[in-house]
Amino acid sequence: MEVVRHGSLQVMIDSKKYIIAFIITAAIFGTAIFVSNLLSQKKLEDVRAIENRVALDILSSETQFALLEETSCKDIGPGFLSQELGSLGEKLSYAENQSELDTNNLEYLKRSYFLLEIKDYLLMKRLTEKCGIEPTFILYFYSTIKDICEDCDKMGYVLTALRDKYPDLRVYSFDYHFDVGAINTLTSIYKVKPDLPALIINGQTYYGFHSVEDLEKAVPALRVATTSILGTD
Amino acid sequence: MAEIQALILYSSLFLTLFFEVFLLITYLEIREELNLEEKYLNKNIERFPTVTIIVPCFNEEHTVKKTILSILNLDYPKGKLSIIAVNDGSTDGTHRVLAKFKNHPQVAIFSKENGGKHTALNFALEKVESDLVGCLDADSFVNSEALKKIVPFFDDASIMAVAPSIKVYEPRSVLQYIQRIEYNWGIFLRRMLSSLGALYVTPGPFSIFRTQVFRELGGYRAGHYTEDLEMAMRMQKHHYKIVNSHGAHVYTVTPARLVALYKQRVRWTYGFLNNAIDYREMFFNKKYGHIGIFILPIATSSIFSTLYLVGYMLWNNLLSAFDVVVKFQTVGFNWKSSLPSYDWFFFNTSVMPILVLSGVILTFVILYLALKLADGRARLSRGVFYYLTLYIFIVPFWLTKAVFSTIFRRQISWK
Repeated sequence: MEVVRHGSLQVMIDSKKYIIAFIITAAIFGTAIFVSNLLSQKKLEDVRAIENRVALDILSSETQFALLEETSCKDIGPGFLSQELGSLGEKLSYAENQSELDTNNLEYLKRSYFLLEIKDYLLMKRLTEKCGIEPTFILYFYSTIKDICEDCDKMGYVLTALRDKYPDLRVYSFDYHFDVGAINTLTSIYKVKPDLPALIINGQTYYGFHSVEDLEKAVPALRVATTSILGTD
Repeated sequence: MAEIQALILYSSLFLTLFFEVFLLITYLEIREELNLEEKYLNKNIERFPTVTIIVPCFNEEHTVKKTILSILNLDYPKGKLSIIAVNDGSTDGTHRVLAKFKNHPQVAIFSKENGGKHTALNFALEKVESDLVGCLDADSFVNSEALKKIVPFFDDASIMAVAPSIKVYEPRSVLQYIQRIEYNWGIFLRRMLSSLGALYVTPGPFSIFRTQVFRELGGYRAGHYTEDLEMAMRMQKHHYKIVNSHGAHVYTVTPARLVALYKQRVRWTYGFLNNAIDYREMFFNKKYGHIGIFILPIATSSIFSTLYLVGYMLWNNLLSAFDVVVKFQTVGFNWKSSLPSYDWFFFNTSVMPILVLSGVILTFVILYLALKLADGRARLSRGVFYYLTLYIFIVPFWLTKAVFSTIFRRQISWK
């Protein structure tokens, strides 16, 4: 403690108090950083766990599909395809905007998400061909690069709204500029130009923003119930 | 640019949290002192010093009678207490109201041309012969116990001025309820600053001084429209000790409407900033103790950090609101997707919200202690609710205006 004498008054500067207050404040900061790190790690683990479950779902569906060669379409029960792809996508797209999440881990998780989506998409396609069902899926290409795709946010709202309305609709969304070979292959097969947002519905490509009503017109199959194969139970 | 923004943001948060922690440590330190003080103030006063209360009036016909009656009603020996009421060129019926007291043995009435509050105070100070002198604005009323809770402090020869606790008189409007909580917060803050020797205002309503203070340091100055703040700063500069008696209650009529409140607060903030500039040599100067090295710098920086933090928050909320509007325009309203998600995954868990949450928790703790100190108990009133939800949105207006007027040397209005 330092005592400064001046005139009749003693001014005491208790520097210990400042040090204690500093340590406590620094501890609050440290705890905040620690808790934030812990929670973001937990979030990434959460995503990884869902991905593992989705991978297992796909493996199970593929196995079932292989067995299909020997059985008929009606043996495929409800919830044949993985039900968790949608919520996985939502979580990943939320995570993309959170700066505190570890970018390397997130990139890895996104990569495996896109690959899982493609696998699911192929399975879905084979299934619709074999069993003669109207396909109810949309391939959606967006970009996270700033200013490249101004309508992507709006397009995202529309697709989420559609999925809420038609639980059987499968929306496969891909980051156009994400460096995954399989996405590049997909874009070259369908000849998708970098004019985003882009949608592929029934083999036809649509560019730019489309409202819920536009899409309902473009995909009549949306309105047909397909619960028996893809439905939620 | 983003790095600079983050730096300002986190520094502001750090300073805010640091200040809150500092206040709480101070509170823990002085809890014992508060108890002792209570006991000391309750014992009988053996020697009553003579006291003069100056009541400067400028167009206060509606409240001045009540003000003077409240002083006359003080529990204090009549022969030791006198009042000097100064009509500072009022243009309303103040003169007529004051005339009713002209034969009262304790009251002296003077009229002068309008010259501002500090001239009215100096006019009266020249006539003061008592040991102690104080001022009571003509829109404030004292509790009958107030002077008895102040006088004992002067037993300590080093104490030169005692500030009271100011409360809001009969709140009616939402704004007055907000101010009620704000004033209670102020009571807590002032009590902490008192123990730190860092009071930088001797408020107009009922701060009591040793008369020698004015003989030695001179009378009141204009002080950028805040003569009470300038006086306290001048005293601190000359190492005159100021303390606070949180048990001495004074009630003041506060602005009921936003425009009046805005003008008052612009004046206070402007006054603080400009006096801080005038007394800048006290900043970071160890010679002045806590007020120099910490309180004045943090009080100044808090004006800017509050502006930055509130601006940042409003901007972010505006962006989210814009997103919601875009979403609504695109897909319409849908209960299912419009409700917030309860999956913890979608809670923002970055460092910033956790720090803000810590700050809010500390604020609650201090608010609880402040209400307990001011009212004797803390309860969730509508004032607390208004204060927590609305106050933050109105503060930036006067802070901005005061900073702007200070930087560009604009004049502000008194009323």
